[in-house]
Amino acid sequence: MNHLPLIIKREYLTKVKNKSFIVMTFVSPLIMIILASVVAYLTQLNNEKVRNVSILDESGLVYDVFKSNDKTTFNVLSNMSIDEAKAFSKESEAYGLLHIGDFKDVKRASKSIQFYSEESPSLSLISDLESKLETKLTNLNLLDNGVDVDMINASKISVNIAQESFQGEKTSKTDSVVKLIFGGAAGYLLFMFIIIYGNMIMRSVIEEKTSRIIEVIISSVKPVQLMLGKIIGTSLAGITQFIIWLIIGSILLTVISVIFGINVVQSSQQDMMNQAMANPEINAQVQSIISSFYNLPLTNLIFAFILFFIGGYLLYSSLYAAIGAAVDNETDTQQFMLPIITPLMLAVYIGLFTVIEDPHGTVSTIFSFIPFTSPVVMLMRIPFGVPLWQQGLSFVILVATFMLTVWFAAKIYRVGILMYGKKPSYKELIKWIKY
Amino acid sequence: MSNLLEVNQVSKNFGNFRALNNVSVSIPKGSIFGLLGPNGAGKTTLIRIINQITMPDSGTVHIDNELLNENHIKDIGYLPEERGLYKSMKVGDQALYLAQLKGLSKSEAKERLKYWFERLEIGDWWNKKIQELSKGMAQKIQFVVTVLHQPKLLIFDEPFSGFDPINANLIKDEILRLREDGATVIFSTHRMESVEELCDDIALINKSNKILDGKLIDIKRQYKINTFEVGIKANDNAILKHELSEKFAVSPANFKTLDNELKLNIQLSNGASPNDLLNYLTTKGEVSHFVELIPSVNDIFIQTVKNNQ
Repeated sequence: MNHLPLIIKREYLTKVKNKSFIVMTFVSPLIMIILASVVAYLTQLNNEKVRNVSILDESGLVYDVFKSNDKTTFNVLSNMSIDEAKAFSKESEAYGLLHIGDFKDVKRASKSIQFYSEESPSLSLISDLESKLETKLTNLNLLDNGVDVDMINASKISVNIAQESFQGEKTSKTDSVVKLIFGGAAGYLLFMFIIIYGNMIMRSVIEEKTSRIIEVIISSVKPVQLMLGKIIGTSLAGITQFIIWLIIGSILLTVISVIFGINVVQSSQQDMMNQAMANPEINAQVQSIISSFYNLPLTNLIFAFILFFIGGYLLYSSLYAAIGAAVDNETDTQQFMLPIITPLMLAVYIGLFTVIEDPHGTVSTIFSFIPFTSPVVMLMRIPFGVPLWQQGLSFVILVATFMLTVWFAAKIYRVGILMYGKKPSYKELIKWIKY
Repeated sequence: MSNLLEVNQVSKNFGNFRALNNVSVSIPKGSIFGLLGPNGAGKTTLIRIINQITMPDSGTVHIDNELLNENHIKDIGYLPEERGLYKSMKVGDQALYLAQLKGLSKSEAKERLKYWFERLEIGDWWNKKIQELSKGMAQKIQFVVTVLHQPKLLIFDEPFSGFDPINANLIKDEILRLREDGATVIFSTHRMESVEELCDDIALINKSNKILDGKLIDIKRQYKINTFEVGIKANDNAILKHELSEKFAVSPANFKTLDNELKLNIQLSNGASPNDLLNYLTTKGEVSHFVELIPSVNDIFIQTVKNNQ
């Protein structure tokens, strides 16, 4: 008798009707959004504070580069000694004082620059000052050496290497970034999904054990069926939760940005648009981001995402189910968690570090075939274009391993669910497989 | 009478441990069969093999002359010793789920559940969660779920644990009624008085081996020791006692009497008739008590297991 649909239905409904599940589903996006808005709001507050910086330029070489903007006002002081300037800055509650020594020589003047402040100054301000000073002083230095600055500027050439594969597919640097974001998001999503819902499966197996209902159930159902039903039912609940999160998230984001006028999402986009209008170069960049999105192997990406997601998730969740069956309570699961988490973490780090460096290098290629890391690593690689045979082979290996793990997990599950009061060791587990 | 269940030469090993060693058991149709044995003897393993939870390493199990297979799952109702229900699931939903797993349709299951809930007067529990019920209440629901699909074979492992005497009696009556309706019952327990009361046949398993089985009454005959408990009032009890102990093997007996009688267990030699003993005794005094000692299941259990060691 096939009871799989019945078991899936029960698992799904119990998960979805569970109070903490409902609370998690509806409250956590709220918390996330509130957190994001608070952060966005605080950043805005921080940015809105205008900094007052005093400038004492005794050399008289550079004071004219400091033009006040909406974040910083520069107050150029004159006819003061350094001590007077310090006292004045302190009194006027200036953020700090930039002092350039009394040297007409550009090189000596550049060595004499100092910044005084109450607290250690913000990094961005210092680097801003540095870049202003550098440009001005370099130009002065060039002039001193008899070089025409205008000519240099006019002769500057900017290079943006156009990339194209042998098959004629055009790519660019922005393409790589977009690909990285897509691959990274897919891999990371899988990683999170496995950890959250794998744990949920494990807990539900333990629950059946501790409530002692398990023997009643497996006198009507094959343990493998029960295990698969649990895995599938829990995954469906997980997908439901994810979809609800997406919907609530987007609704809340819109509502909040309308009500509070905080442009959580749009601000960066709008900035970009505004700048794009002003600057044709950035305009081209925005266009290239949009075009690189359409350049992505989207069909391949979607199919691969679905297949590797399911494969990888089933592989790991069967292991979680086996662990749940082997122990009596959640505290005993610790010793078995490490071997599961390690390959997952490894996959994410390999994905993040080696795939960025070289998506088709030896390390990333090898790990995109090893079944315990392949779902994550392969998903990160695919946006960069992986030959179909490689994807196919990797998937076949994944499915083969998955079937092996399910068989192995089912063995442990079958014996484990009827074992009480023993804290099993790995040796014990291997013995169970032989029963 | 034909047998409903035939277990033939079944063995099962767990690693190096042999849990069952060539065990054969036949269970007649319509009987209540007591499966007895000390803790860890292998009873649960045998029950799990019949339920197809574990597979035997060797040997066969037949139900109704058919080799045990998946279709038999719906023919068996099993109440395990280690039992429980989903704590946070509603009673009704849970019972429906378990009944559907046994192959009942949802509407059929609902109808029968209504009948049983009314019968056991637990109708208003339908929407309660198990964690709101007492242990005995949960046990009642479990009993209902076990018998709901009207299986041919019912297996009860310690069915009365957790019940108060009133409810235990209620369940006992239900079991007897189910037998009358044609079910065969396997009954595993350590409570010997309920075996005495309910079982027609028994099998005794000790240390993975079956060491005794058959009709309870035959086993009792086999174990009878031809001993009679006697109460007699003579002129001088001491002289009579001396006289009797020269003729028979006697031992002191202990039972309640109204007068100051001589109380003895008298064992007859093989072939001697109890009538001769009674006739002899009437010549010696006034007989107020004359009962054949029938070995209790408890005695048989303890004696057999001890001899087996």
